[in-house]
Amino acid sequence: MSGHTETHQEESFWRKYIFSIDHKIIGLQYGLTALVFLFFGFCLMMMMRWQLAYPEQPMPWFGWLFGESGIMLPEMYNSLGAMHGTIMIFLGVVPLAVGAFGNYFVPLQIGAPDMAFPKLNMASYWCYFAGGIVMMVGFFVPGGAANSGWTSYPPLADIATTGQTVWLFGMVLLITSSLLGSINTITTIIQLRAKGLTWMRLPFFVWAQLVTGFLLLLAFPPLEAAGVLQLMDRLLGTSFFLPSGLVVSGEILNVSGGGSPLLWQHMFWFLAHPEVYVLILPAMGIVAEVLANNTRKPLWGYKSIVYASTFLGFMSFIVWAHHMFMTGMGATISAFFQTTTMIISVPSVVILTAMFISLWGASIRYNSAMLFALGFLPMFGIGGLTGLPLGIAASDIHLHDTYYVIGHFHYVVAPGTIFALFAGIYYWFPKMTGKVLNETLGKIHFWLSMIFINGIFMPMFVQGLAGISRRLWDGGASYAHATETLWLNEVMSASAWLLGLAQIPFIYNLIKSMKSGEKAESNHWQATTLEWTDAPSPPLPHRNFEIIPEVYRGPYEYSVPSADKDFTPQSEA
Amino acid sequence: MSGHSVEDIKKSVKVYIGVFTALAVLTVVTVAASYLDLSFGESFFLALTIASIKGTLVAGYFMHLFTERTAILAVLGLTFFFLITIMFLPYMAFTDQAAI
Amino acid sequence: MEIPYNVEERQDTGMFNAKLGIWLFLASEVMLFGGLFSAYVFLRMGDVTGTFISGSSELNVPLATLNTLVLISSSVTMIMSWVSLKLGEQKKFKQYLGSTLFLATVFLVVKYFEYTAKFHHGIFPDTSTFFAIYFTMTGLHMIHIIGGMVVIFYFLVPGSSMMNTESVRFTNRIEIVGLYWHFVDLVWIFLFPVLYLL
Repeated sequence: MSGHTETHQEESFWRKYIFSIDHKIIGLQYGLTALVFLFFGFCLMMMMRWQLAYPEQPMPWFGWLFGESGIMLPEMYNSLGAMHGTIMIFLGVVPLAVGAFGNYFVPLQIGAPDMAFPKLNMASYWCYFAGGIVMMVGFFVPGGAANSGWTSYPPLADIATTGQTVWLFGMVLLITSSLLGSINTITTIIQLRAKGLTWMRLPFFVWAQLVTGFLLLLAFPPLEAAGVLQLMDRLLGTSFFLPSGLVVSGEILNVSGGGSPLLWQHMFWFLAHPEVYVLILPAMGIVAEVLANNTRKPLWGYKSIVYASTFLGFMSFIVWAHHMFMTGMGATISAFFQTTTMIISVPSVVILTAMFISLWGASIRYNSAMLFALGFLPMFGIGGLTGLPLGIAASDIHLHDTYYVIGHFHYVVAPGTIFALFAGIYYWFPKMTGKVLNETLGKIHFWLSMIFINGIFMPMFVQGLAGISRRLWDGGASYAHATETLWLNEVMSASAWLLGLAQIPFIYNLIKSMKSGEKAESNHWQATTLEWTDAPSPPLPHRNFEIIPEVYRGPYEYSVPSADKDFTPQSEA
Repeated sequence: MSGHSVEDIKKSVKVYIGVFTALAVLTVVTVAASYLDLSFGESFFLALTIASIKGTLVAGYFMHLFTERTAILAVLGLTFFFLITIMFLPYMAFTDQAAI
Repeated sequence: MEIPYNVEERQDTGMFNAKLGIWLFLASEVMLFGGLFSAYVFLRMGDVTGTFISGSSELNVPLATLNTLVLISSSVTMIMSWVSLKLGEQKKFKQYLGSTLFLATVFLVVKYFEYTAKFHHGIFPDTSTFFAIYFTMTGLHMIHIIGGMVVIFYFLVPGSSMMNTESVRFTNRIEIVGLYWHFVDLVWIFLFPVLYLL
């Protein structure tokens, strides 16, 4: 690495845009790839919604994907379901929240010239990319892509078609990518903070990324271990997850046996529950930034939010078995997990309450970013509160594996996290590109998305309470007790397709503004944090800042009484 | 530690040799103990105690953990807690279930 | 632009970047092997037919004891190579690092004989759950050994020129590799009694 910045001017196209070690380019690579995968995962869901609304009717326009009849077969439906979950979580939301926003804005917000390990950063992106490709390859192997659900429960997953093996290889790559990324993020935050940037002066977004980094670092490896064990089961004929005497298609499976399907569930949920907080914490971080900026007043209870988020991260490791109440768990251990689950809802409520109180008495700027951030609050609230009945064994036994569960976690992740990610895109687009997104199109995008996304997920609570299982190919048409709520399937499907159309203004806006948008100033939103006050838009390649800034104050000093303007930058002495 | 002087380093070489001897002896001891006629519980306890002592020696002296920075110790403390979690909670879930 | 604290320590944290980085990596490794040990415990508890006891009695304890000693010795030579570098004795450094590489090779050779003997007796990962976890854990450990050997080889031959150009950075690097290598040793210290002796 040379100390001269001039040498970077002569970088070739490949070095500059493809195999770049600049955290900003890598962040954009993550962002674009993740958006493509999000859209793809959404398309899978839109196809499934046809089958659910009109079971066993040929699909118009896209029917050729399912052979001559144009009817989606149950196996195909299962594949789409498993891949929708996998793609949305591991290839869409996490890379966008952590890979893109984390990579791009953590160094900028802490006043660092780059991530601590730029080459590792590049390796992390390419591992993710390779993992994505491997996942896609699954669609083309005999038997189709993985079809045992995104949770891949054995013994079903152990005896499933080749797609499952491909899924496991893909997961190993994605986990490796996450591990490299989290090591990088944590080291960067601890080591590269600018002078004067003490822990309690960090923007909450950085705190959220730090906690997320630890969740990824410590929760993912056991799943990697479990993935290796399942690969052994599938490729070498071991029986880690296969009990003795398992009967498949009327015959006893010829394996040594002695394994346990529950082992997988423990190891899987040890990751997958913290994963929920990996999805939500960066979203909360983005919302905190946007809220403080657009309410023009300090975030209420900054310290309590910080402590709550670290406590949330810690607790998320000891609640996992609330996903397993139906496995014949004894009363003692179930009581333990119910208690920890109730405890973990406290910090979430602390954070959400602090954010709501931040709105009190503010003269709010209702721009697109703020609308999405405001939308996040009640949506995440609904998602969180509907989770409580699932955390109590007695009510979970009724609701387990119904559409209620689907409604619950989608409220957390879709109108919750994804709205926050949209807020982040609208908020930081001027910084990333130097251009401003069109506000009118942004508002159309928000209101249409808000209406239709609720049209999809609100009826799921009704169907779930009516007892419709989440995995049915026909959307419950074969259930006598479901007849009364079946009409909701068409409502949900229509909402889903309209939600798809509602993304057109967004995509158009992105492309149009990039090409011919209004030029953004370096501090477009009159914000206080370093990425706005000390770096040009877009920031300088490879070093971000003309001069590395020094920090003299907390992150959200808006409307300070004696100040000459309504924001006081962190770097202002 | 990188801040150490030449004398400190020479002193620590003696420590490393001592640790090596202890590790070698403990290896022989643990193998010998496995030939004793002990119940499973006893031999389990013995083997893991010896392994833990050896592990502490390696981590403490070879990896310098006894004199390492607080930040690193904090990270490892957290990791150790979650290690205990993933070892014991599934174990407890299993025993609780078997009692039904 | 040079990344700050790449070589020198940051005042308030007292670390250079890679020091923290490797420890974070090792923390994730602890959880990786922790997951496997957890699987071992879980499977052993559900083992009603006694395959764990009969399986572990078929393993070759003397060979494994030898391998334990080999690995411990390689840890000592590893740390001595770092010490020599600190004292500026470059020739000794190369000798010690070379012996680490040699001892790692010995470990692999012994492991090779152990594995082939098992295969020869018709014992494979699918023989029983015990052998499944035995081959998985020792196999994963072996992959870590091989990974470490590649890095050690790099610093011994192609990457050793940094020793003269950026000696502080090179010493840091050796310290980092050492930490990894001791960790691999540490894992074996637990693997050995758990798989062979219990």
